[in-house]
Amino acid sequence: METIVTALYYLLTAYIAVLLVWNFLKRKNWQEEALYIIVLIPFLLRLLRLK
Amino acid sequence: MIRKAVIGGLGVVLAVLAGLSFYRSRHLAEPVVAGPGVARVATLGDYFAPLKGTVNDAHVYVLEGKEPGGTVLLLGGTHPEEPAGRLAAWIFAEKAALAQGRLLVVLTANRSGSTATRLGGAYPPDFTIPTAWGGQKFRMGDRWSNPLDQWPDPEVYLHYPTRQELAYVDIRNLNRAFPGRPNGTLTEKTCFAITELIRREKVDIAIDFHEAELQYPVISTIVAHEKGADLAAAASMFISSVEGFSIGVENSPKALRGLSHREIGDATGAISLLLEAPEPFLDATRGRTDRALLLTGKDEFVVRAGKRGLLFEKIDENGWPIDIRVGRHTSTVLQILENWTADRPDRGVIITGVPRYTEVVEKGVGAFLTDPRTAPASRVFYE
Repeated sequence: METIVTALYYLLTAYIAVLLVWNFLKRKNWQEEALYIIVLIPFLLRLLRLK
Repeated sequence: MIRKAVIGGLGVVLAVLAGLSFYRSRHLAEPVVAGPGVARVATLGDYFAPLKGTVNDAHVYVLEGKEPGGTVLLLGGTHPEEPAGRLAAWIFAEKAALAQGRLLVVLTANRSGSTATRLGGAYPPDFTIPTAWGGQKFRMGDRWSNPLDQWPDPEVYLHYPTRQELAYVDIRNLNRAFPGRPNGTLTEKTCFAITELIRREKVDIAIDFHEAELQYPVISTIVAHEKGADLAAAASMFISSVEGFSIGVENSPKALRGLSHREIGDATGAISLLLEAPEPFLDATRGRTDRALLLTGKDEFVVRAGKRGLLFEKIDENGWPIDIRVGRHTSTVLQILENWTADRPDRGVIITGVPRYTEVVEKGVGAFLTDPRTAPASRVFYE
């Protein structure tokens, strides 16, 4: 059960990471683009099992 | 498009730099030179097979004396962010020789917890103890198991087997998960392995090394299960009169579950004790959280809190250096064992080669670490 819950959380993390990348691509000003990139980093590090 | 590529590229660079730092910290190998008393090195997985090969399959250094006697377990790294406990255990593993009895030493009880630092805590990833041969680097660690090894946390953590409600994050706290659960989380399995070790090795006394912030009331003390209250009180009196520092005694509360001093004493035949030394690095009012603060224990903001009567331990401009904190632990263990051996000579544990408080403070912790380059490869282990 614990393994299933963990796997679901990784899927959620991946889903949010994709949304962040999508929003980054859709932005028109550099401040918002930078914001999305900064927010994306911890999600990537968790997906890559680095943090 | 060029702008997006530049910002995205900068993001990748940041992610790579951060990732490399986290990776190196998580995989830093800490050498241990098995000392003269070490007869063999087991792992927690030898006592609970499902832990074998996992991140928490910690080494158990088994030191054996010439004469039969009692068995004592030392636990370092239950909370890896309290480094005096790990360093004290390190000295026992590298320097102790036994004339009687057996000593089991775990340097990193929660190895997973030693591979991450506190989220948002701005902790340094590691620290170095200066030695005559250059210095030895250690992982900084955290209070809780690494979320990479156990995630997510529940809304409320129900302790097993009492079902007492504890803070959600403490489901990853080794000192809230005793006596452990064989089919539980990684942290609970680790506690179960330690409990099994104590049962199978017929441990007489289990001593868990800790440090505490000065704003925490349980500090500079021995927390004792009722089975060990007399032993702790006697050690406290001897230490406070001859060692150059004071240490108190606290009774292990029966209503607070999951802690080693309560659950090990209840679940096994062992006397369970927990030692607390002062660590200003952990105080919420601290200033810059860097390696210097960790090793010197000097912080002007914690001193100010003390002047306003907000602390449970004294502090001045001299701080609480790591040598003092480690020396408190080594002396306290040695005094407990001297009293125990005098009271129970048939189950005695006699240790030589381990420095007491005064010697550690005078020479520094680094003087009691062994250069791994000078030791045979078969005697070098990595935490």
